[in-house]
Amino acid sequence: MTISLKPSNTPPEKLQPTGWLRYLSFSLDHKVIGLQYLVCGFLFYLIGGSLAGAIRIELISPLSDFMPREVYNQVLTLHGTIMIFLWIVPVVNGAFGNYLIPFYVGARDMAFPRLNAVAFWLIPPSGLMLITSYFINGAAQSGWTAYPPLSITTPAAGQIIWILSVLLLGGSSIFGGINFIATILKLRRPGLKLMQLPMYCWAMLGTSILVVLSTPVLAGTLILLSFDIVAHTGFFNPSLGGNVIVYQHLFWFYSHPAVYIMVLPAFGLVSEILPIHSRKPLFGYTTMVFSIMGIVVLGLVVWAHHMFTSGTPPWMRLFFTIATAFIAVPTGIKFFNWVATLWGGKISLNSAMLFSCGFIINFVLGGITGVALAQVPFDVHVHDTYFVVAHFHYIVYGGSVFVIFSSIYHWFPKFTGKMLNENLGRFHFIITFIGFNLCFAPQHWLGLNGMPRRVAEYDPQFQLINQISSLGALLMALSTLPFLWNVVRSILYGDNAGDNPWNALTPEWLTSSPPPVENWVGEAPLVLEPYGYGRRDSNESQEQKK
Amino acid sequence: MPKLSAILTLSSSLILGIGGVWIAYNVDMLPVSASMNAPVYDELYRVLFIIGCILFIGMTALVIYSLIQFRRRPGETGDGIDLEGNISLEIFWTAVPAIVVLFVGLYSYDIYDRMGGMQPLMHDHNGQMGNQTERVWGGIGSGPIETTYSNNSSPLAIELTAMQFAFIFHYPKGDIISGELHVPLGKEVSLKMESKDVIHAFWVPQFRLKQDVIPGQPTILNFTPTKAGNFPIVCAELCGPYHGGMRSNVIVDEQEDFDNWLRENSKETI
Repeated sequence: MTISLKPSNTPPEKLQPTGWLRYLSFSLDHKVIGLQYLVCGFLFYLIGGSLAGAIRIELISPLSDFMPREVYNQVLTLHGTIMIFLWIVPVVNGAFGNYLIPFYVGARDMAFPRLNAVAFWLIPPSGLMLITSYFINGAAQSGWTAYPPLSITTPAAGQIIWILSVLLLGGSSIFGGINFIATILKLRRPGLKLMQLPMYCWAMLGTSILVVLSTPVLAGTLILLSFDIVAHTGFFNPSLGGNVIVYQHLFWFYSHPAVYIMVLPAFGLVSEILPIHSRKPLFGYTTMVFSIMGIVVLGLVVWAHHMFTSGTPPWMRLFFTIATAFIAVPTGIKFFNWVATLWGGKISLNSAMLFSCGFIINFVLGGITGVALAQVPFDVHVHDTYFVVAHFHYIVYGGSVFVIFSSIYHWFPKFTGKMLNENLGRFHFIITFIGFNLCFAPQHWLGLNGMPRRVAEYDPQFQLINQISSLGALLMALSTLPFLWNVVRSILYGDNAGDNPWNALTPEWLTSSPPPVENWVGEAPLVLEPYGYGRRDSNESQEQKK
Repeated sequence: MPKLSAILTLSSSLILGIGGVWIAYNVDMLPVSASMNAPVYDELYRVLFIIGCILFIGMTALVIYSLIQFRRRPGETGDGIDLEGNISLEIFWTAVPAIVVLFVGLYSYDIYDRMGGMQPLMHDHNGQMGNQTERVWGGIGSGPIETTYSNNSSPLAIELTAMQFAFIFHYPKGDIISGELHVPLGKEVSLKMESKDVIHAFWVPQFRLKQDVIPGQPTILNFTPTKAGNFPIVCAELCGPYHGGMRSNVIVDEQEDFDNWLRENSKETI
């Protein structure tokens, strides 16, 4: 079963700093870069979360009384941009992708280590640039969608900095995507077939295809928009003969796939976590692979469902309704397969598992409202309301962020060699789950009853529900504290994890924790059955390999 | 034993189905319906709500049941069953969502058609239809709903101009300019909308209708109010700092009251 592989001939880089300093360096080690993405993303998450807190404080009362109206629009723009481009996309792709993909394909690093480091080091400066724009002349205030003509008529400085920073982040994302595709397709250990890879590799392959195909469109669109702002061209400026709807088509051609860029890797991570903690093979590997690729294809042809009230022609509305609704089919397959993975297992109900199951429940609700929103007649009433806000937070927070926490609990022992405290972890889950649902479930009602999104003031009849929602937001904010304390405390005094605390079969666990610079001492193990739980012979052969 | 589990599965799906329908008919989350469009919308909403409840409660129950039933008991070691997949089961849960989605899609197409989404644009300003060369985009409801065919009179034409941060209504008949929309009960209204500056959106939650108001591109929206009263008009597209304050009212009057209003105001403004 084991094929010997020559140890790498390249000597380890002598100039790289060691110890904690390497996390601040231009390190080429995929594991260091992965953790750089994770910690950097989490810091931006705290900033984006504080902005969300400011929004929820403003909405406690129906009047615009907490901050000036212009500032409110800047806050909501920054909140959306930071959460998408600086937290979820870099973490589910960059952090876990960089850390895990080389292990999964049996490589010692990513295909292009320097490009990888560049991709990471684009993120902190562009993030800081975005945030400092607030202190210079006011940040962008046209929402993360930056629809013209609003984005052309609001103060230019903030909008231009926003465009530059999103362009750099898009570049970082494209570099990462190219690197993942090359690594998964070309750096596989000899003897390892594509259909033997852990599911996260497939998720990252699909995601990277989406990144490489759609992000350049966003870049082009934003460059045209910046011409409209600084050079007074008329691409999207109606007073100069431009067409504002064209911008929306181009923008959503990227930004709908961006949703899948945020959730497909999360699907992959959950597919790794569930089998290990329920001690069962992943149910329906082949259908899972095909459903990922189905989502990739369909994800590219559904963008106009964001524009049902923009005056799109009827045939277009129908096409995009059907295409969007059909995404529910491959997505549904994945969810049924996950439940079937739990079925008949020996489930350890630890923090990683709780967050993953929380993800399943939240995402099902987000998916159901998504199918409803795909229906033109339904969408025409709730488009651009709090119903939509609730829907996409169920997808990106209840989905992706729950999976990020689940993954941190799962791979923390690999990252550090220490265990996180389980009681604190369960406590963290309970407050997050209650807080999240308390915050976002009532917003469905707000949207159906007439509260539009992105408003600083609203009809007083919605005050009570908004206060309940703000209470939920407070719980979500507080839930970060036990998590942070858990991480700090575990790094300092946590129990030693050993190399493989979950007794897992995937390749990243078949080395020391934390792993050596080149991932394995000696040759990389050949794992042909990453989900071979419940098979005595398979377990034994894995034991022998070690 | 297999018989017992079949009975259990059957009865729990039955309870789930009835429960879903019960919830959808007893939890009312929509505001009052005040246009000819709204009851059709509510019908679609009800069907989606039933399907959603069944799916959500069913999936949640399955996850929670699995977590309890298959939990690792203290002192237990070893793995779960070696089950890698089941082709017939996987085909089943590919086919069922596909059928449900197809049904929902066809049903919403039917609703869309009944709302007039597939009708050719019927905006008729001053009887100039036909030689109108201007390109206009229609929102849902921009074609008439079946019942209005019997109503032979042409729709009441009103022009809406949106700007930061107000809606201005212009009645060609009588040349009235108003900050509020006055419409007669039971008569079809055709709104021709255009924006002066950025994108706005015209939304009346009680009518279940929304259409963006776009600069450089006129849009139209038709509706027939069915309930007298005062309903909010809300701007639903981020349009600047005072977006949240960009609100107005639609006042639905009996035909007589509306005619009075029209007469009184025409005198003053002409």
